[in-house]
Amino acid sequence: MSREIQLTEQILDLVGDRAEAEVLASTGNLALTRFANSFIHQNVAEVGEAVSLRVAVDGRVASAKTTATNDDSLGSFVDAALETAAMQPVDDDWAGIAPPSLIPPIVHADDATYDATPEARAALVKEFVDAGNGMLAAGYCQTEGQSAAFANSAGQTASGRSTSAIIDGIHQSGTSAGSGHAASVAIGDLDGAAVGALAAKRATDSATPFDTKPGEYEVILAPEAVGTLAVFLGFYGFNGKMLSEGQSFVDLGSQQFDRRFQMWDDVTDSRAMGVPFDTEGTPKGHLDLVIDGVTRGVAQNRKTAKKLGVESTGNNIPGSDGWGPVPTNVFVGGGARPVEEMIAGVERGIYVSTFNYCRILDPKTMVVTGLTRNGTFMIENGAITGAVTNMRFTQSFVDALGDGTILGLGNDARFADSEFAPGIMYVPTMHLASWNFTGGAEG
Amino acid sequence: MFEYATAAVEGALAAGARYADARVVVSKQESINVQNQVVESLDRTEQAGVGVRALIGSSWGFFATADLSGRAATAAGERAAEIARASAFVPGDPMKFADVDVVQDTYETPYAEDPFTVPLSEKVDLLIGVTKTMQEVEGIAIATGSLTFYDTNKWFVSSQGHRIQQHLVESGGGFDATALGENESQRRSYPQSFGQYETGGYEVIRKWDFAANAGRIAEEAAALLTADELEESETSLILEGSQMALQIHESVGHAIELDRILGWEAAFAGTSHLELPKLGGFKFGSELMNVTADATLPGALGTFGYDDEGTRAQPVDIVKNGIWVGVLSGRDSAAMAGLPPGGMVRADGYNRLPMVRMTNVGLLPGDSSLEEIIADTKDGVYMATNRSWSIDDKRLNFQFGTEIAWEVKNGKLGRMLKNPTYTGIGPVFWGGLDMLAGGDEWIHWGTPNCGKGQPMQVAHTGHSAAPGRFKNVRVGVRG
Repeated sequence: MSREIQLTEQILDLVGDRAEAEVLASTGNLALTRFANSFIHQNVAEVGEAVSLRVAVDGRVASAKTTATNDDSLGSFVDAALETAAMQPVDDDWAGIAPPSLIPPIVHADDATYDATPEARAALVKEFVDAGNGMLAAGYCQTEGQSAAFANSAGQTASGRSTSAIIDGIHQSGTSAGSGHAASVAIGDLDGAAVGALAAKRATDSATPFDTKPGEYEVILAPEAVGTLAVFLGFYGFNGKMLSEGQSFVDLGSQQFDRRFQMWDDVTDSRAMGVPFDTEGTPKGHLDLVIDGVTRGVAQNRKTAKKLGVESTGNNIPGSDGWGPVPTNVFVGGGARPVEEMIAGVERGIYVSTFNYCRILDPKTMVVTGLTRNGTFMIENGAITGAVTNMRFTQSFVDALGDGTILGLGNDARFADSEFAPGIMYVPTMHLASWNFTGGAEG
Repeated sequence: MFEYATAAVEGALAAGARYADARVVVSKQESINVQNQVVESLDRTEQAGVGVRALIGSSWGFFATADLSGRAATAAGERAAEIARASAFVPGDPMKFADVDVVQDTYETPYAEDPFTVPLSEKVDLLIGVTKTMQEVEGIAIATGSLTFYDTNKWFVSSQGHRIQQHLVESGGGFDATALGENESQRRSYPQSFGQYETGGYEVIRKWDFAANAGRIAEEAAALLTADELEESETSLILEGSQMALQIHESVGHAIELDRILGWEAAFAGTSHLELPKLGGFKFGSELMNVTADATLPGALGTFGYDDEGTRAQPVDIVKNGIWVGVLSGRDSAAMAGLPPGGMVRADGYNRLPMVRMTNVGLLPGDSSLEEIIADTKDGVYMATNRSWSIDDKRLNFQFGTEIAWEVKNGKLGRMLKNPTYTGIGPVFWGGLDMLAGGDEWIHWGTPNCGKGQPMQVAHTGHSAAPGRFKNVRVGVRG
């Protein structure tokens, strides 16, 4: 029996028949090798165990978490959670714990990544740095391996392993920077040299940027920029809590997007990361969010599903009580066109490598402000003609993807870093009709 | 707990480290969230473990474990050394490490009322009460309130002889009301967005008197739905204190972090428009701009006894009469820059690497008042309480939104205005500071959610600030 399964059983035994209870236990490794000025300056790793417990005593609910998982600590940990719950008012919205159900037999894990060494991460960093031919490099290589087990007092159990590996960084020319990013379940899939070469090319190509006037521009958004759109739509819009509170832009069944826009959440996709169940033990599966531009679904946990009269989609995450359930295995449908062809179709526009520091001004309208970063280019008459300085935008993401606005989708879908986390958005390059730039980043 | 930190250090030294330090951290957190009179979550979190840092040659390694045993701590030290050796695979310039006093000491946050012994029912009742008051205002769809308390014990040991025990207590919370219109949402928060946090006990919560302010906040949120939108213009901008605090945090606090200036955060958080050769001569703002980083301010959120490298908390001048004179630094970054270490290196828990973080980066008070500033303003806008914040990777170009604004005409507050935003370039904006309040309007605002680093770390930082006026600011920018 694995350590994490043993922990779930031990805690359920300690709770006994005193409450409804659900337990999530995890063990694993997180390691991150960070570099700047072309050398490794921060290099960290941790091993750990953690337990999350939620108990409900006659509808009085409390949660507790701990990293102190020795036998001596767990008894008092459980007792404290029960005592806390007993002092609570009854939660009329409590949806109960998940009933027994089958978990999809999906494993997104790789042994070499689970136990990746600091030398393996350093080797990828060296490839990235060397690809810059003397430019200043900065970024990180991360590997993570997690084993998780869930059990509740209704008899639902689930367990699984997951891994992820990421190489991400920039090269800097002195007047510019360019970025590259790759993520996979397996460290062996990562090519530090290729990611570094893309970052170096973007930095070199943008070494002599010029200011351009703010205003509406046609844009080609590289996957990182599209990842930002997707993560904001997912977290602020396709979120059952935001919808139930009337704060989401989502209007189920309506043509809210361009007919070419497809977006879904699917942990069962072979390219996805993570385990196939959520922190309430609900199985995860395929969830359509947008089909042919029509909004079709939102992420749900047990509480939001009860409020909206639907089923949980298995999208509860830590912090969902406050934030709400969100999709974290998101795919945006790609197209057949190479990026070069997409650029060739632009008479005058801007190519954006990444967005930076984006913040929502109003979730109902999805108006977001942020800046471009790490490679912003002018496109004229079907070709990139030069680099432009970083620019600030203020733009409704829903309007930007509205009917008739998507002019092209690339054939280069991949995991893209996003504003909130890597490894959760798998998206292509996108050609949009209009984007509202409100000023230059340096005045 | 000192024995585990010592074992970790000894493990690293035995494995070849020329310097090592370790922190055992045992912490607990209680967080209560209420929405519309229903307790949405009541979480208690405990964390315990040891993190150890090893320096071999010029390369660092860090390893952490939640297993608090002598054997695991020793092994953690050995793993930190192993990681440091791997760092040397991609080496840099020789690493320098500034000397500091070797200290054996203890420190405890002064507090009056242990927040963990205040009955849970009292805390829950407070939040249910304020959300009920807010819900009674017509138009309020969502009323939320939250309280969070932190109790952190740290034992720090270094191979140079440090042995420091600290007990930090932090308390905070707040509430907000959201009014929903046909295609918009409007929110008001108290005491500030995300709540107000300070070092101290439950007396912090009592001081802010949530119940007395809930009705006003809700009425303002509801009124915003029918308020006029702030139109784009260039005008005089008066900032309320908590928005001034965020302005300091984003456009001064992060810009003066020495690790950013040295390029160590280039890929993620970014760099800084500040360059070390300009230290002592760069004009950051007007004569009224005097900024300090002071980790000794009683009650402020970024106050402690020693940082997580064992350097004593201290006040440091950052901007004097508008001239940039100081940075936020640690032992390695300060040595690399040829500056004295400022004691500003902290970690988010036992399992995170200490890094340069803001302490209490605040704007020293002026001699005016909000009332006088408004009375002196012929044409302008008064904005309060942050709603959105965005700033570029050099900490130069910012755009902030606030929850609410009022026009100022001929020395008086006029119409309420919704969706206020303003934008600017840091030193230009600060150069326009021409009136600054002080007295009891100077408050140690606390920011409990400052993100930085990879893996991500969240720091608690303080920003003393009072209302102030800025000339010629572009306001009302929207898509």
